[in-house]
Amino acid sequence: MTTIAPEDTGQEALFDATIAADERIEPRDWMPDDYRASLVRQIAQHAHSEIIGMQPEANWITRAPSLRRKAILMAKVQDEAGHGLYLYSAAETLGTGRDELLDKLHTGRQKYSSIFNYPTLTWADVGAIGWLVDGAAITNQVPLCRCSYGPYARAMVRICKEESFHQRQGYELLLTLSRGTEAQHAMAQDAIDRWWWPSLMMFGPPDDESAHSAQSMAWKIKRHSNDELRQRFVDICVPQAETLGLTLPDPDLRWNEERGHWDFGPIDWTEFREVLKGNGPCNDERIGRRRRAHQEGAWVREAAAAHAAKHPAHPPHAGTDQEEAAR
Amino acid sequence: MTPHPTTPALPLGDDALILSHRLGEWAGNAPVLEEEVALANIALDLLGQARILLSLAGDEDELAYLREERHFRNVQLVEQPNGDFAHTIARQLYFSTYQELLYDHLATTDTPLTPLAGKAVKETAYHRDHATQWTLRLGDGTDESHTRMQRALDALWRFTGELFDPVDGLDDVPWQTLRDEWTTRITSTLERATLTVPEGPRHGAWTAGGGRQGLHTEPFGRLLAEMQHLHRSHPGATW
Repeated sequence: MTTIAPEDTGQEALFDATIAADERIEPRDWMPDDYRASLVRQIAQHAHSEIIGMQPEANWITRAPSLRRKAILMAKVQDEAGHGLYLYSAAETLGTGRDELLDKLHTGRQKYSSIFNYPTLTWADVGAIGWLVDGAAITNQVPLCRCSYGPYARAMVRICKEESFHQRQGYELLLTLSRGTEAQHAMAQDAIDRWWWPSLMMFGPPDDESAHSAQSMAWKIKRHSNDELRQRFVDICVPQAETLGLTLPDPDLRWNEERGHWDFGPIDWTEFREVLKGNGPCNDERIGRRRRAHQEGAWVREAAAAHAAKHPAHPPHAGTDQEEAAR
Repeated sequence: MTPHPTTPALPLGDDALILSHRLGEWAGNAPVLEEEVALANIALDLLGQARILLSLAGDEDELAYLREERHFRNVQLVEQPNGDFAHTIARQLYFSTYQELLYDHLATTDTPLTPLAGKAVKETAYHRDHATQWTLRLGDGTDESHTRMQRALDALWRFTGELFDPVDGLDDVPWQTLRDEWTTRITSTLERATLTVPEGPRHGAWTAGGGRQGLHTEPFGRLLAEMQHLHRSHPGATW
């Protein structure tokens, strides 16, 4: 905890009262250094996940099996870039810059969600990502719409609306495959088998091993524990899997009358820690591709900056000049 | 496969389909996040146009996934590989300027394509503006961006003559007028961008052309192999 100088105690009391009253902290409000740092870490990691998360799905854009599916997938990947932009903006209200955050991503000093280090091996993986990965993300993110930091909470409202749409599309993709030919059904089942456990890991380590949880909950950044959200997700998925006509790869999955929840088997936390350490199946490819895009684009960003410096009065064209507008 | 339709919706639909596919290859690779959004946005507009046009000609998926290279009617310009960002922008500038002029014309005449053209011309104006702004930034940016942009414009120049080959079924289009107007607009943009209009023939037996007759460049076959592989692997399946 930071020590508070006497003249600051009034501000700290105001901060505490705002949190206690379930009101929002805004960018100009005083906030504890640790609260600021914790939010920067979480929002940046969230933004990075959107950006890295484009890759496993973009992997299938050029091979999408119908024009309708191709349009849906392109729109989804575009939304993810947009979500990254909202989140970097939210992080910037805390006094950090997008360039600095991207640099931390590229040099491995900030993380992104472990899930995006798994490969998309078949078309059905696009559906599994929509249903399970976006489903887990929504379960995690809906409570963030009530997070104590205003800009983050507002970004989450917009993001959650679009994510729910993506999730329904993913579910519908799997439903079509499940009811399609035998080969399509098998493709869908195989994708669920590969994505189920990594999706459960998205909620983070168990509560007794989660380093930041207690403080985040006290600050009302987080509203529920990792294990609580994970259980909620399992309870939602089991009946949905039945409707899909697909099975979840867990022999220990059983309804527990007493708890009123589904019991499920143990998660392989060794695998989780290895993926977080950089030893998952695609860690090197994901970060390598991101770095490459950034490096190969350096001359373009330099050109835009040089042009803007030469033509300071250049008026942005109404609503279309996105690069100028972002400056 | 049934005989290929002769409606002009097919060549225009193929143009939009193939360029959309190329732009889709940029996803996750763009130089700034804003361009991830912009390039995907343009790709989606084009895919939307392609779906309407191909549906006018037949079944959109059958036409996209089950024709072979020799039966595609797109111009060779749109099938050219993305190259660096300057090549993509040069391709966009040449094509969107053409498409805007053509759709502007079609929107005002009475053909089966008129309703589509009325909608698409608004999207195309945005695409042309996007390409123009980047041409100015790259041309009048740094020495390196200027060199790259000029190189890209030069490399793709020989594919621009084909844009004004008359399209079967669009007999009322004043192709020569469009061609002159295209040249005027491109010249003006390149001058503002401190770039030079490329020299050399834009058309002729020894330069590019033939896409409208199903004669394509070598990279096109690989594009189709990737695009069609999954669909062809599951004959008769719905997705």
